[in-house]
Amino acid sequence: MNLYYYASPATFYHLAGRLIPWFAALAFVLTGVGLYIAFFVAPTDFQQGEGYRIIFIHVPAAWMSMFIYVVMAFWSAIGLAWNTRLSFIMARALAPTGAMFTFVALWTGAFWGKPMWGAWWVWDARLTSELILLFLYVGFMALTAAIDDTRRSDRAGALLNLVGVINVPIIYFSVKWWNTLHQGSSVSLTRAPSMAHIMLWGMLILALAAWMYAIASALYRARTLILARERQTEWVRNLVGQSA
Amino acid sequence: MLKFLFTVIRRDVLLAARRRGDWLTAQFFFVMVVSLFPLGIGPEPAMLRAIGSGVVWVAALLACLLSLSRLFADDFRDGSLEQMLITPYPIALLALGKAIAHWIINGIPLLLIAPVLGIQFNLPAAALWMLVLSLAIGTPILSLLGSIGAALTLGLRGGGVLITLLILPLYVPALIFGAGAVDGALSGTGSEAHLSLLGAFLMLALLLSPWVSALALKISVE
Amino acid sequence: MNWESWDAFWAMGGYGLYVWGSYAMTLVCVVFEIALLRRQRAQTLARIKRMLQWKPE
Repeated sequence: MNLYYYASPATFYHLAGRLIPWFAALAFVLTGVGLYIAFFVAPTDFQQGEGYRIIFIHVPAAWMSMFIYVVMAFWSAIGLAWNTRLSFIMARALAPTGAMFTFVALWTGAFWGKPMWGAWWVWDARLTSELILLFLYVGFMALTAAIDDTRRSDRAGALLNLVGVINVPIIYFSVKWWNTLHQGSSVSLTRAPSMAHIMLWGMLILALAAWMYAIASALYRARTLILARERQTEWVRNLVGQSA
Repeated sequence: MLKFLFTVIRRDVLLAARRRGDWLTAQFFFVMVVSLFPLGIGPEPAMLRAIGSGVVWVAALLACLLSLSRLFADDFRDGSLEQMLITPYPIALLALGKAIAHWIINGIPLLLIAPVLGIQFNLPAAALWMLVLSLAIGTPILSLLGSIGAALTLGLRGGGVLITLLILPLYVPALIFGAGAVDGALSGTGSEAHLSLLGAFLMLALLLSPWVSALALKISVE
Repeated sequence: MNWESWDAFWAMGGYGLYVWGSYAMTLVCVVFEIALLRRQRAQTLARIKRMLQWKPE
């Protein structure tokens, strides 16, 4: 199969349309299974009681927030290297979902921290890095929104994304360094309780669910972006005209 | 090539010298921001000494960001940037020259003012010296990374605030190592590690940011 | 099964506020995002339709 076939917005639009229901269904089912495990199978934690059950959201959200940023960077790199419009569209489609997961990770991190450590916000390395990651997402969305010219907007955002992804390890390292220097508590806030296998399974399944959800929402968003950008073309006019 | 670099630097420094108002504003901004903290937090000497390194460093970051939006904008507006982009010289060299000029115009004065501000925060001599040293290594990083932001946001409405949003996350390592070095001198735990990491970050910025800024300029201007 | 009763389930051993506060916000975010996605698509389609209907006089 010729992959370039799918680099055309029109064919991608229809392919994505067929795929979204599958990913959405997978997300739904996996969420159901994961939540069942989280609440009805996983036992009470010895140290943290029932409060630890927040990790079933917090950890998958944090994983996804970082994973999505890297995937965005992948598409940004492809776009800059080969000038494929669809690559830029994918990067832009992923950003809001990534930002959402980052926010959820921060919120659940705070809600986990308050009962466990007594404070709504703790400047530990992981939470602080998540906060900076949120700034990186917002920066990307702000820059792409501020530029009117589509081509310049795509490419500037892509470059910013790549600069960000290179910096993330550096930032994370420096924040970890900073955290150990100013060590208040000796234990990391976000260290999960020593994992019973079933807890790990719960997290993995919910992480997979989050991944399926991210793909579904990114594809959906990409379709809308394609419609907007290709609005002058025959195929879009036919499509919209038909549903009038 | 070197001559081109020096020409770029010399031009920018000359232009800035003719409009002293601009860079003086940035320096006063630096002083004012630093002065706000005791007013907001309280004048206890011990507490000021504890926060001094961070406050001066953050103010330096902000002062740097303030002047960055003009890095390419003036030349862009009167068309000379486009001319500079079509010369046979590598654009990365242009970006490097501009960043160096920015550091000379904005960074070096910061180095001279910082110790005075440090005294306001009761920093002892060893910490003052470390403050200047850490800023001396750190401010070029700010200019280099900042040039990327300036290039990406060229001619945009949001301008200055947008650059801040984009570049501040990238500044975090420099802030941590720089202010950390001063704290190391304060607490006597030593600053070598901080300075080495800061130096390494500078090397990285020096090697990579001219190319990235050049790419950003091409994206923004074409 | 972990819970003796529904009450115990909602109470979460005293951590109810935090556990449900977390899950609730997540649900809110997901619902909000999906709503936003659908609204953006609807707006784009409406805009294109208007564009198609415009006939120069």
